Amino acid sequence: MKLNTNSNTYTIIYAAVVVVVVAFLLAFVSEVLKAPSEANERIDKKKQILASLNIRDVDNQQVESEYDKVIVADCVIDSQGEVVDAGTDKDQTGFLMGSKDITPDRLPLYVCNVDGAKKYVIPLFGKGLWGAIWGYLALNDDCNTVYGAYFGHQSETAGLGARITDLDFQEQFKDKSVMNADGTVGLKVVKKGQVKDDAHECDGISGATLTMDGVSAMFSESIAPYRAYLEANN
Amino acid sequence: MNKLFSKENKAVFLAPLNIDNPILVQILGICSALAVTSQLEPAIVMGLSVTVITGFSNVIISLIRKTIPNRIRIIIQLVVVAALVTIVSMLLKAFAYDVSVQLSVYVGLIITNCILMGRLEAFAMMNGPWESFLDGIGNGLGYAFILVIVGAVRELLGSGSLLGFKLIPDSLYANGYSDNGMMTMPAMALIIVGCVIWVHRSLNKEEKK
Repeated sequence: MKLNTNSNTYTIIYAAVVVVVVAFLLAFVSEVLKAPSEANERIDKKKQILASLNIRDVDNQQVESEYDKVIVADCVIDSQGEVVDAGTDKDQTGFLMGSKDITPDRLPLYVCNVDGAKKYVIPLFGKGLWGAIWGYLALNDDCNTVYGAYFGHQSETAGLGARITDLDFQEQFKDKSVMNADGTVGLKVVKKGQVKDDAHECDGISGATLTMDGVSAMFSESIAPYRAYLEANN
Repeated sequence: MNKLFSKENKAVFLAPLNIDNPILVQILGICSALAVTSQLEPAIVMGLSVTVITGFSNVIISLIRKTIPNRIRIIIQLVVVAALVTIVSMLLKAFAYDVSVQLSVYVGLIITNCILMGRLEAFAMMNGPWESFLDGIGNGLGYAFILVIVGAVRELLGSGSLLGFKLIPDSLYANGYSDNGMMTMPAMALIIVGCVIWVHRSLNKEEKK
């Protein structure tokens, strides 16, 4: 029997079957791969936090143990500077918060111990030119000078904005001060070669002005709610 | 076995590498060729992923080509490509997380690559699975090859490095050499592709009808 592949009934049934088959296939694959991909995401996030503490190039197998050693707590604080959740059981409270879970009443903060010195890591979320950018900023125990920084991006232009992941870009934030004397966030990126205020400003990447503006905006928006806590603890 | 690698099949595989190159001759896939070639590494990775996906989507479409209703064939092709790309990206995320982070948006971009739809429509709809597979791999490699050329030129002249390794010595910079920032802009990619097409056409004058 020769099927009439041009009839309306055939077309509709064919489309319906294809859609259902593909939907089941995708759902099945996604369900099967859920556990390994979530584990990978968790390791990746830990790796980024460690990178902001200048612990880079850790082997994937060692990330979890290294993280356990360095991070003391992933607490949740509020914008008044009060600790809402001490988060001493690690990976449970602050760690699980994505950019959408952050409100002035719930701000994740990682308390770390690097070779005996206390450090704080603040997660940053912002918008670049094409998509989301994010980062982690590690502060010394004076809650003001930068110990290290890590940036990541979703889809910035390769060779331009995407270079925020480069080590030389991230390293220049070391030892900068986050806050201005009046308590506002002073840390920012300026056009390459136009750094006037050496304590707060870093060189940008030429050709990536919009991504750089995004990085500066990310600093001021993400760090500002932590002000009360940082001032109380320095 | 002989039939698998007959003269015609060899031609199907080899033509897209040179005289029927998707970018240079068919002018397909230009958009992504401009977007991902400011450095060599993403260009290579994008080229390889497109090769794999054209190969397999060609096979799938070729297998079901006789059952596809003519009026919705483009939609069916798109569904197959999108499903394949999504599965590949999920597999990467589970088993090669670092690669998937590096590829990030490029994986999604593969769906919109004109080479895929072009080859499905022009070849896989009319040919058997094996020929379609060869055609897909051939076109993917032809595409990858141009991406690598453009990526290498742009990274070398634009940032003085290849695959992230600095190639141009500091002494040259000290003597007044500077990287050409224009090279990192998409516009230069178009001009480089234009130059490659020019060279390619002059070399292949006789083979043109």
